[in-house]
Amino acid sequence: MQALVIAAHGSHLNPNASDPTYAHADTVRETGAFDEVREAFWKEEPHFREVIRTLESDEVFVVPLFISEGYFTEQVIPRELRLEGWEPEKWGSDGTNASQVTLEVGDAAKTVHYCGPVGTHDAMTDVIVQRAQSVTGDPDVGEGVGLAVVGHGTERNENSAKAIEYHTERIRQRGRFEKVKALFMDEEPEVDDVTEFFGNEARIASDRSNGQRQCDDIVVVPLFIADGYHTQEDIPEDMGLTEDYRLGWEVPADVDGHWIWYAGAVGTEGLMADVILERAADAGADIGGALETDVTSSDDRGHRSETETEPGTDTGTGMGD
Amino acid sequence: MTIATATFESLLAAADAESGIEFDGLRIEQTGKNEYALETPETERTGLEADALRQALEPLAAYVTNWWYWRESVGGEGTARRAFLRWCERAPLALEERDAETGATDEDALTVSERYTALRDGIDRKWGQLCVTARLDDDGDDGDNGDEPTGERVYDCWHVDDADTDLTDLKVYDDPRDARKLSTHDEDGRYRPLKTAPTLRSGWAFTGLSGDELVETVGFFYPATVANWHRERRGTLDVDHWLETAERQTGIYDVVEDLPREAVAWMADACCVDSQCLRRREWQYEEGDDLDVDGGDGAFTCREPCSLVIAAARKWTILESEAEHTYELELTTSERNQLEELIDAVAEGRTDEIREADVNDGANRFRARYLRAKRFDEDGNLEATRVDE
Ligand code: SF4
Repeated sequence: MQALVIAAHGSHLNPNASDPTYAHADTVRETGAFDEVREAFWKEEPHFREVIRTLESDEVFVVPLFISEGYFTEQVIPRELRLEGWEPEKWGSDGTNASQVTLEVGDAAKTVHYCGPVGTHDAMTDVIVQRAQSVTGDPDVGEGVGLAVVGHGTERNENSAKAIEYHTERIRQRGRFEKVKALFMDEEPEVDDVTEFFGNEARIASDRSNGQRQCDDIVVVPLFIADGYHTQEDIPEDMGLTEDYRLGWEVPADVDGHWIWYAGAVGTEGLMADVILERAADAGADIGGALETDVTSSDDRGHRSETETEPGTDTGTGMGD
Repeated sequence: MTIATATFESLLAAADAESGIEFDGLRIEQTGKNEYALETPETERTGLEADALRQALEPLAAYVTNWWYWRESVGGEGTARRAFLRWCERAPLALEERDAETGATDEDALTVSERYTALRDGIDRKWGQLCVTARLDDDGDDGDNGDEPTGERVYDCWHVDDADTDLTDLKVYDDPRDARKLSTHDEDGRYRPLKTAPTLRSGWAFTGLSGDELVETVGFFYPATVANWHRERRGTLDVDHWLETAERQTGIYDVVEDLPREAVAWMADACCVDSQCLRRREWQYEEGDDLDVDGGDGAFTCREPCSLVIAAARKWTILESEAEHTYELELTTSERNQLEELIDAVAEGRTDEIREADVNDGANRFRARYLRAKRFDEDGNLEATRVDE
């Protein structure tokens, strides 16, 4: 028997923080690829600490529903799961290429395949593109369109920026979008200046933009697992989509003569379930034809779930979060 | 014909292949070539050929279908799931549970015939705020089975407060995952971050669940409680006391190990008693150093401080690092009493119940507003003077 555990942050304050986790877990359940599928949390129940013992399977695949390698994936989850002999070096990662390590746990006779986070998996690149398609409603979106991938900066976790840049570069190489840019909340290049990076100046001096056309349409995809105040409050306000997040914003919204297509955290995209399956398959899970059956739905537009499960450190909101 | 042919055949196979069958009072042993011995609390027969054995089992069909159910439908020897389902119908303990020095006894266990009688009406068990009913599935459609039950059980699960509510007045569910939504908010729509808080809302019922589905449902309402209960019954519960848990923390929770011992007790009193959490707190300050606070007597255990308590502990650690001072402030005796009433009302979650015009209650809103108008200064601070400077 084999089990899948999706390890997510959860929240003491926001009931919807776990929605994407449940949704992806259900998608995986419906593929029938695993005998058991369990959601596990840092702030909700079952806690990381007690999830392994709830399983009957001997073989357990743990996939962290986090964007980057860092505090949670390297310290918190392994410690709470009681992964024996764990050290981050076992992943042999440069910050974005952890795949898996097989270890025993201290509280049950089981083998745990501890996988890298979903956010750094190559398949995540497809989810970002899928997100661009679902937010614009255009399956062929790309030509003449700019794509901004947004994350925290390095302030809290160096690997978080690496993950953003990694996918940005991969999408850029596909040549599908007019221009692809990594932007950050707390460092340069900042998301506040999004329109500048997609040729605002080009309007004034038409040949100052490296030969690239200016992008009238810019799709902005935040690389976050769940929606929360960063994706639903800070970023929309920073970009000038709205004066006050409580008033909401248009999709697309007109900012400085550009159309900004913005619809919240990429982690709510239905296709994320595929990334979870890929992670487990990379670690040796027998998932049969689960990835071929298209069980995912990408219609998460306007979906508002909560709290950030990133960045890599548990800072910011203090008690109760 | 009350025993299905397939069932009888696997019974024979089990009797042949293994060291006989010994299960819930049924014993069948192969004593020679095509020769069996049969024993139940009611019967003892030897030298039976297969056909004769089948005949002899006819009046004992319950033993056979019971064996079949636990072997084929439930399986999972040694698992928490199986132990829980057996507990649901008051079946005798598994051997390893009986051996453990946990005080778990078979005292209220029912024999097969008692159980089958009880299962026709349904056997109720309480698990936190859940009422779980095990009953025989009377829709068994095994062709040659007549009206006799096949031994299959089905389970219902609802809120203990709905025990006397008609099913038609409840919203009925059959997918265990629905339990996630039902357990997310309390009756007043407030988020329940602690699944074992005694605030589960009522008005719903899961009916006709299989054993696996029941365990899954209970797992969504009260995650990991079955697994830890099972460990406790087997004497293998691994308790992590406060200090171990606190010392393990990192990041912003690194500080909680500095929470003074007496504050840990206040915290357990604030968070872990039965009125706040149905888990029975088994963790203490550290091994051999018990907290002098009631751990509660819930069915399921708490084996280490939960994430909510850790998060709250962080706050208290920071607050407890402040120095104490002496203040001088003026209050009438009644006003002093009123402060106590106010704190009590909030601590007991009673504020919503205080009637609008009940000015006799110190925690009444008008009484509180009056006290504020009288004793707070323009900046909204309680007028008090620090005298230890
Ligand atoms: S630590 Fe206290 S509040 Fe938390 S689950 Fe245990 S008994 Fe309940």
